[in-house]
Amino acid sequence: MIKFQGVHKWFKDLHVLNDINLHVKQGEVLVVCGPSGSGKSTLIRVVNKLEPIQKGRIVVDGNDLAAGETDINLLRAEIGFVFQQFNLYPHLTVLNNITLAPLKIRKLSRSEAEGQATALLERVGLVDKRDAYPAQLSGGQQQRVAIARSLAMKPKIMLFDEPTSALDPEMIGEVLQVIQGLAHTGMTLMVVTHEMGFAREVADRVVFMDYGVILEEAAPEELFRNPRHERAQLFLREVLSPMH
Amino acid sequence: MFNYHFDWAIVTSGQYAQWLLSGIMVTIELSVVAIILSFLLGLIIAVMRMSHVKPILWFAHAYLEFFRNTPLLVQIFFWYFGPYKILPQVVNDWLNTTNFEFSAAVIAEDLRSGVRAIPKEQLEAAQSSGFSYLQSMYYIILPQAVRMAIPPLINQFLNLTKNSSLAMTIGVAELTYQARQVESYTFKGLEAFTAATLVYLALSVVITWMMTL
Repeated sequence: MIKFQGVHKWFKDLHVLNDINLHVKQGEVLVVCGPSGSGKSTLIRVVNKLEPIQKGRIVVDGNDLAAGETDINLLRAEIGFVFQQFNLYPHLTVLNNITLAPLKIRKLSRSEAEGQATALLERVGLVDKRDAYPAQLSGGQQQRVAIARSLAMKPKIMLFDEPTSALDPEMIGEVLQVIQGLAHTGMTLMVVTHEMGFAREVADRVVFMDYGVILEEAAPEELFRNPRHERAQLFLREVLSPMH
Repeated sequence: MFNYHFDWAIVTSGQYAQWLLSGIMVTIELSVVAIILSFLLGLIIAVMRMSHVKPILWFAHAYLEFFRNTPLLVQIFFWYFGPYKILPQVVNDWLNTTNFEFSAAVIAEDLRSGVRAIPKEQLEAAQSSGFSYLQSMYYIILPQAVRMAIPPLINQFLNLTKNSSLAMTIGVAELTYQARQVESYTFKGLEAFTAATLVYLALSVVITWMMTL
């Protein structure tokens, strides 16, 4: 579903992605972890071309991102993206946040779009907030709306960029539950997260990155029990028991 | 006290009141048209100004520099005696008398700072949903930017309304022109311009009120 072949990216002199080769299969749930600055967010931001790459090839659902015939806007409509800071549209109600793209891009009728949005809000447990504005919601609620907004486009792939890192601890669970629910629907997911409990339960495969390089790539149990790379061992020790 | 005989009836009834009234109508017409045109043109210039296509960017820059850096009155004469002469008379009149081109430049900059105040993540979120750059601007960025820009926009709309008085210099019979006329015919300048002042004040208050609704 998502193929990285020899992908390199630099920010000025900083080599943020260094020879990435990775294949995310259809329906797979891939968790990406690593210390901050390791390039893990960049790894998913290049999938929908929020960031360009300088070398290598990325093929998403059969479309080469660099190819002239690939319409990036069309492709992005098939790829949901959930941000750390939610990035809801503050001037629109929850309902309009969710229906905007289906109305304007998918050309759904208003009643179709609203029906679908209501169903999604039910799924994330926020039907009663449909007429609220983002600023009136807690962080966890905003993130659930953001997920509903992405799902409204019926994407084939969902990308999550540290979806719980900006949340108060008591709100992390509600968001992870929603993502976990998605994992069971057979959607292809790439999730950047520090939530190792989530990775262990939901991920098919975990990728560990540092300095722009993929250092480990394994099933969660295997990676957690027996990290081969020293930096992965160090990182896992930190995140699994921050107090030692 | 000083030896001036007030005659307010001049501005409240009869022939001269008629003149002032017709001046008021022209001023309102000029202002409304100018506000609409300058806002639309300002939007276009603002979007051009943020384009990544070099020639578009240069054009927007040139436009801004030209209109921001030359006196409004000179612009009015320049266009009146100059380039617009090749256009049909009606178009020429409208372009000149509303002097919206100058305000469009200022409005474009107001809107651009409004856009810059919107976090870039809003654009990322919009584009991630599959919106093109222009669609993202139209549906997500500009609606927020316009809200941000309302205080400077109010200022600029008031300027437009007040600057419509400059159109008298090229013979447009708006409110200031008519007040001058009344003064010439009656020597009652104080009354005539008191009336004009109050009308401009009222117009400005109404515009401000409408913008803050």
